[in-house]
Amino acid sequence: METHAEAGKEGKPSCASVDLQGDSSLQVEISDAVSERDKVKFTVQTKSCLPHFAQTEFSVVRQHEEFIWLHDAYVENEEYAGLIIPPAPPRPDFEASREKLQKLGEGDSSVTREEFAKMKQELEAEYLAIFKKTVAMHEVFLQRLAAHPTLCRDHNFFVFLEYGQDLSVRGKNRKEILGGFLRNIVKSADEALITGMSGLKEVDDFFEHERTFLLEYHTRIRDACLRADRVMRAHKCLADDYIPISAALSSLGTQEVNQLRTSFLKLAELFERLRKLEGRVASDEDLKLSDMLRYYMRDSQAAKDLLYRRLRALADYENANKALDKARTRNREVRPAESHQQLCCQRFERLSDSAKQELTDFKSRRVSSFRKNLIELAELELKHAKASTLILRNTLVALKGEP
Amino acid sequence: MAAEREPPPLGDGKPTDFEDLEDGEDLFTSTVSTLESSPSSPEPTSLPAEDISANSNGPKPTEVVLDDDREDLFAEATEEVSLDSPEREPILSSEPSPAVTPVTPTTLIAPRIESKSMSAPVIFDRSREEIEEEANGDIFDIEIGVSDPEKVGDGMNAYMAYRVTTKTSLSMFSKSEFSVKRRFSDFLGLHSKLASKYLHVGYIVPPAPEKSIVGMTKVKVGKEDSSSTEFVEKRRAALERYLQRTVKHPTLLQDPDLRQFLESSELPRAVNTQALSGAGILRMVNKAADAVNKMTIKMNESDAWFEEKQQQFENLDQQLRKLHASVEALVCHRKELSANTAAFAKSAAMLGNSEDHTALSRALSQLAEVEEKIDQLHQEQAFADFYMFSELLSDYIRLIAAVKGVFDHRMKCWQKWEDAQITLLKKREAEAKMMVANKPDKIQQAKNEIREWEAKVQQGERDFEQISKTIRKEVGRFEKERVKDFKTVIIKYLESLVQTQQQLIKYWEAFLPEAKAIA
Repeated sequence: METHAEAGKEGKPSCASVDLQGDSSLQVEISDAVSERDKVKFTVQTKSCLPHFAQTEFSVVRQHEEFIWLHDAYVENEEYAGLIIPPAPPRPDFEASREKLQKLGEGDSSVTREEFAKMKQELEAEYLAIFKKTVAMHEVFLQRLAAHPTLCRDHNFFVFLEYGQDLSVRGKNRKEILGGFLRNIVKSADEALITGMSGLKEVDDFFEHERTFLLEYHTRIRDACLRADRVMRAHKCLADDYIPISAALSSLGTQEVNQLRTSFLKLAELFERLRKLEGRVASDEDLKLSDMLRYYMRDSQAAKDLLYRRLRALADYENANKALDKARTRNREVRPAESHQQLCCQRFERLSDSAKQELTDFKSRRVSSFRKNLIELAELELKHAKASTLILRNTLVALKGEP
Repeated sequence: MAAEREPPPLGDGKPTDFEDLEDGEDLFTSTVSTLESSPSSPEPTSLPAEDISANSNGPKPTEVVLDDDREDLFAEATEEVSLDSPEREPILSSEPSPAVTPVTPTTLIAPRIESKSMSAPVIFDRSREEIEEEANGDIFDIEIGVSDPEKVGDGMNAYMAYRVTTKTSLSMFSKSEFSVKRRFSDFLGLHSKLASKYLHVGYIVPPAPEKSIVGMTKVKVGKEDSSSTEFVEKRRAALERYLQRTVKHPTLLQDPDLRQFLESSELPRAVNTQALSGAGILRMVNKAADAVNKMTIKMNESDAWFEEKQQQFENLDQQLRKLHASVEALVCHRKELSANTAAFAKSAAMLGNSEDHTALSRALSQLAEVEEKIDQLHQEQAFADFYMFSELLSDYIRLIAAVKGVFDHRMKCWQKWEDAQITLLKKREAEAKMMVANKPDKIQQAKNEIREWEAKVQQGERDFEQISKTIRKEVGRFEKERVKDFKTVIIKYLESLVQTQQQLIKYWEAFLPEAKAIA
C-alpha cells in the first residue's frame, strides 16, 4: 500500500521528545515519505548556508538501512568516542498492523457493515499513526545530528544528506547481524571484566555517580516503557469494544416501539463518541508517555555506551601505565611505551572531558523533554475528560428529559 | 353470548393500529413536554380515574401520558387492549362518545364499551385491579434488601446465609420492618413454588438467579480470595434484584408462599432444588420433553397480537444477547486496563526514585500516584459496567426466556383445548355408530362421555381465553417495567461514567502544576 505522510506538520510526535537547540546553519527535515510493500522511502530535505554544500536547499531519498549505516559510521568513528551518539531510529514495523487489516478483510460475517467500516477506519488510523511515528523518529535522529556542534560536521553526514544516488548500503545480512550480537556480548563481557579489574579505580566522583545512576535508570525506564505500552494497548482495546456495543444498541433502538427507542439510539450515539475520545486518550498516552520513555531508554543506552568507551580508555591508560613501568624497570623500549602511555592518557582525558559535557547535556535534555511531555499529557487528558463529561451530561439531560 | 369466543379483531390492520397508537403516544409526549412547565416526572401523583372530562382534548393528553396506572385499571375491563395506548382510557371513563379522540382509531371504541357492561367478572377484576392500583400506585410500598452474606457450617456442607430485610407499609404484612435469614436453595424453592402455581396460567414469574457449582464450591472450600468474594457479592445482588422484581408483581405479591418466605423465621428446606437430585433430573427431562412438544405443536394463531409479540421478543432476545456479550468484553478489558495501569504506576514510582533531578523525580512520583488512583477508578468503573449494565442485560435475557415460556404454555393450553374438541368429535361419531348398531346401554355410555367431553371443551376454551387475557396484561406490565428498568439503569450507569471522568479531571488538574514545577 502506498501511504504518504506530510511530516513536519502538526503530526510531529516524537520530535517533541527531544529538545533541540541547534544553530540554524543546518536545517534538516523529512519532507515526505512513501510506504511501499515493505520499504519506506524518506525524502530528506536540507536547508543550509554552509559553504560545503553545492546548493542552499536540496533533497535526497533515503531508506532505513541508510540511516543505520550512518549511525554505525558514527559509532565506529574514534573521534566521536567521547560523545553520546544519538540512538538509531527503529526499523519501520507495520507487520502487526498489516496482519490485523488482513484479518479484518478475511471477514467475520457476524459483523454489520457499519461495524466493519468503523473497525477498518480504526485500523487504517493505526497504520497511519505508526507510519507518522516512524517518520518522526527518523527525522529526530537527523535533527539531533544536525544540532550537535561536532557531529554535524561529519563527512558521512554530508554524504548522507547530499549524495543524490543510492548509497548502496544493503541491509545487514545474517552474518553481520550475528556479528553485531557477538560484539554486544563481547562488549558486556569486557565491561564486566574492566570493572572487576583490580587497580582500576574510578578517580572521578562524577563518573562514579553517573555509572550507578545510568545502570539503574536504564533498567527502570525500559520497564516503565513496556508497561506504558501495555496501558496504551488496553486503552485502545477498550475503545474498540465500544464499536460492537454501539452497533448492538443501535439495532435494539431501531427494533423498539416504545420509549426505549430514543434512549437506545441516543446511547448508541454516545458510545460512538466516547469511542473516539477513548481512542484519542490512548494515542496521546502513546505519544506523550510511551514514545518519550522509549526514546530516553535508547538515549540512556547511548549514554551507557559512552561510559563504557571511557572506561575502556581508562583501562587502556592503566595498562599503558603498567607497560611503561615494566619497560622502565627492564630499561627496554621505554620511548615507545612512554609515547603510548601519553596517547592513552590524552585520549582518556579527552573522552572524560567531552563525556562530562555530554552527560550534563543529556540530563538537561531529558529533564526538559519530560517536563514538556508530562505537561502536554496532563493537558490532553484534561481536555478529553472534559469533552467526555460534556457529551455524557448532554445525553443524561436528553434521557432524563423524556417521559 | 356476550363474551365472544375470541378477542374481536380490532380491525384488519391490527398491527398498524398499534403503530399508529405508538406514534400517537409520541405525539402526546411532545405536547406534554411543551404543556408542562416543570420537568416531567415519571411517577404520577394520584389522579382519580373519574377526573377526566369529556370536553376538551387539550388537557387530556397531559393527564393521560403521566398516569401509568390507569392503563391497568381499564385494561381489566376490556377483553383485548393494547396496553401501550393510554389514549383509550379517556374514552372509557367518560360517557362513551365515539367522537372523543381524534388521533387514534375511533372504531375501536364500540366493542370496548360493550364489554364494559360485563358484570361479575369485571367487578371481580376491578376489585383486584384496585389492589393492583394500590400495589402499583404511590401507595405501593415495599422495599426488599438482601445483605450480610455469612458462611454457615464447614466443608462441603457449608452454605451462605443471606439476610432478607423487608420494609413495608402494606397492611397484609404483620410488621412494617422485619428480616429473616435465607439460603440460596430457599430462593430457588420459592421460585419453584411460584412457577408451578402461576406460569401455566400465563403469569410471567421472574426467574431465580442461576446456580453455580464452581462458584459455590470455592466458597464452601473456604477460599478467601477476591474471586469468591466477588462471586458472593454477585449472587447477593442477583438475589436482591430477583426479590424486588417478584414483589413488584401485583399477583405474586399476594401469594402466601412469598409472604412466608419474607416473614417466617423458619422455612422448610427446599431439597428438590438441588441440581443433581431426583427432582432436578426430572425437571431436566421435562424440559427436554417440552422442547420436543413445542416443535410439534402447530397452532392456529387467530390473534396476530401473539404472533407479533413472540417475534418481537425473539428479536429482543437476540439483540440483548449480542449486547451482553459485547458488554462482558468491555468489563474484561477495563479490568485489564486497571491492572496494567497499576503496574505502570509501580514502574513510574521506581523510575522516579532513580531519577537524580529532584524536581523531575518528584513529578514522576506524583505521576505514579495519579496512575494508582486512576487504577482504582478503572476498577470501580468496571464494577459499575458489570453490576449495572451487564447484569441488567443478563437478567432480561432470562426474563425473556420466562416470557417465551408463558407463550409456550398458552400453546399447550390451546393444544389441550384442541385435543378435547377432537375427542368430543370422536365421541359423537362413536355415539352415532351406536345409534346405528342400536345398542342402548352403549348409547347411554356414549352420551355420558359426550357430556363429559363437552364440558372439557368448554373448560379448555375458558382456560385458553383466560391465559390469553392474562398474557396480554402481563406482557403490557412487563414492557412497562422493562422500559422503566432500562431507563433507570441507563441513567445510573451514565452517571457513573460522568463520575469517573470528573475524578480524572480532579487528578490531572492536581498533577499539572507538579509537571510545570519541573525546573
